[in-house]
Amino acid sequence: MRKFIEGSMAVAEAVKLCRPHVISAYPITPQTHIVEHLSQMVADGEVNAQFINVESEFGAASVVLGASAAGGRAFSATTSQGLLLMGEVIFNIAGLRLPVVITVANRSISAPINIWNDHSDAMAIRDAGWIMLFAEDNQEAHDMHLQAYKIGETPEISLPVMINMDGFILTHAFEGVDVISQEEADSFLPPFKPAVHLDVKNPVTMGVLAEPQWYMEARCRMQEALYESRPVIKQAARDFKGKFGRWYGDVIDTYRIDGAETVFVAMGSLIGTLKDAVDDLRGKGEKVGLLKIRCFRPFPGQEIAEALKNTRRVAIMEKAFSLGASGILGDEIKAALYATPYRPEISTFFIGLGGRDIPKSSIVNVYNQVKAKQQNNVFVDLKTELVK
Amino acid sequence: MRNLETSTEKAPKPKKEKEPVVEWLLAAGHRACSGCGEALGAKLVMDAAGPNTYVATATGCLEVFSTPYPESAWRMPWIHSLFENSAAVASGIEASLIAQGRDKDVNIIAQGGDGGTADIGIGCLSGMLERGHNILYVCYDNEAYMNTGVQRSGLTPFDARTSTSPSGKLSWGNKTNKKDLPAIAAAHHIPYVATATVGYPNDLMAKVKKALSIRGPKYIQVHVPCPLGWIHPSDMTIEVAKLAVLTGLIPIYEMENGVVTKVRKIGKNRRPAEEYLKVQGRFRHLFAKGADAEEELEKIRQIAEANIKRFGLV
Ligand SMILES: Cc1ncc(C[n+]2csc(CCOP(=O)(O)OP(=O)(O)O)c2C)c(N)n1
Ligand SMILES: [Mg+2]
Repeated sequence: MRKFIEGSMAVAEAVKLCRPHVISAYPITPQTHIVEHLSQMVADGEVNAQFINVESEFGAASVVLGASAAGGRAFSATTSQGLLLMGEVIFNIAGLRLPVVITVANRSISAPINIWNDHSDAMAIRDAGWIMLFAEDNQEAHDMHLQAYKIGETPEISLPVMINMDGFILTHAFEGVDVISQEEADSFLPPFKPAVHLDVKNPVTMGVLAEPQWYMEARCRMQEALYESRPVIKQAARDFKGKFGRWYGDVIDTYRIDGAETVFVAMGSLIGTLKDAVDDLRGKGEKVGLLKIRCFRPFPGQEIAEALKNTRRVAIMEKAFSLGASGILGDEIKAALYATPYRPEISTFFIGLGGRDIPKSSIVNVYNQVKAKQQNNVFVDLKTELVK
Repeated sequence: MRNLETSTEKAPKPKKEKEPVVEWLLAAGHRACSGCGEALGAKLVMDAAGPNTYVATATGCLEVFSTPYPESAWRMPWIHSLFENSAAVASGIEASLIAQGRDKDVNIIAQGGDGGTADIGIGCLSGMLERGHNILYVCYDNEAYMNTGVQRSGLTPFDARTSTSPSGKLSWGNKTNKKDLPAIAAAHHIPYVATATVGYPNDLMAKVKKALSIRGPKYIQVHVPCPLGWIHPSDMTIEVAKLAVLTGLIPIYEMENGVVTKVRKIGKNRRPAEEYLKVQGRFRHLFAKGADAEEELEKIRQIAEANIKRFGLV
């Protein structure tokens, strides 16, 4: 049913459809609406889950860890400082191979404290071993939750999935969303059958000490599982399309990339703005296209390289960077291309940090810059007079 | 072992029939040091709880010595996640079992050392107690971070020498008193709080059974000597544990709904504090010559005195 709802509600509706056993979260802007909606649904008996209020995000992550280990489907949501406070548990959930799903309403990191959107939070935990998906709009965020559980709970994968959606820009935006019905959801997402779980009838030990003769193998298996999740993520996207008719790409997506001399690369809600900008530029005869990264972990290096092989220039637009190094997407894409014969000219830009608005004119400026010459780690719309 | 008391715990009556072989739920063969009070404490807790019990354990000696992959000493569903979250992990297990309809006739125990409980894990513990989960939290109090080499914790006693509260020209060791964690637990208005010790195993097991018969959050703090950290011979664990009680330094009591309902009286078995202190290397510096050392010993006697008054131990 099509509903005019807030992005956070689109997520809450989707989580409800996934029939979670346990939901636990802690308030932090701009995530809070998601769990407020969910707690109301639990209070109204619409979701038959245990809603656990906790003393911190660290507690929330630990609660969903325990819930998943006991064989239940578990959900949490957070952002920014909350995600960092969860950090230790985030790594542990992945190491324990628990298919928890967490929604991150992406927000910047303090200091200075700033509640608005960028991708610094998600990028800070990118090495934790989670499957990391980025939604472009609220419909995709809604649909992604069903896919996320399906992917993470695939027995050979057994990994947690993080759904990233831009804070405020998506979480607080009202738009029309096709809300899936419970019957349709049930036919897409079967009940959780954990590969291993805590049970008095079949006692297992989870969270062992692995000495040097075992640790490497455990980490290697995680790495393999992450790579093996790529076809599973693609299949989930195809299955979803087959059932619901909606498609947002699988690990990546492309837009008007045929014959494009310059291709923008980005993740999240910026994709929407970029599509508009590409349309405008194409209208003016400029040969531009767009590559959307939908799955950031596992990193779809081969797919990206393949998509960029006929391109002259690439403009990577990142909402985060590695302080003291450079752009994260930029470096990873360059590394992926290095394994191929393709050598497009790559420019990297930091954009929209801490919620700075990204008008189409800024993208046109970026385009003009890369057309003129290759650019490295440029802060877009920087007030240069303040940093001199 | 010396008999420390005139009225000891009732010795179990000798059984005529041969007892069947019991499978300990925390199996033998793990890597704990000889004389480890924590290993003994955990074994007693698990035996009292029985096999229908889910266990979440914090990082620390107990977790390390019992689960070196591919071995595990646990004959029950057991999980270790991190140092400071066993209470929250257990909360998640409880919620999950309820949601799946698997919570009937099972126990859930969260456990950790004194550091994992009183210091770094106090937030998760408080959350668990506040929320009213049907979980027993057991703190094995060996009075320091033993797993990382005997650093002080919030439950390290006054003047004990640890690797981060050393004695020295300007120091008598740990400058703080034991944090009153049972009182903090009780302040959450939970139905049952108890202290226990491996010195009195039957009492410990009875308390675990009682706690598990009560719905809601329960907290038991078990005093467990550590021969390595406290520096005493490993065959003296039980004796040291009893001396802690008989000197009044470790009061053993139960609190039901916030009220102290039972204390283990020490009566005429009371021992001077020095008897407990002098058998442990961690207090040896207090027995140096001079008025200063005597002053420190007097402070410890006063701690015992205060416990004796507060709980009416004699
Ligand atoms: C977040 C974090 N900080 C520090 C450590 C290191 N660490 C592991 S066990 C431990 C001490 C455990 O002390 P306690 O809880 O008293 O248990 P014990 O080993 O004495 O039984 C420490 C400091 C850790 N694992 N995680
Ligand atoms: Mg300890």
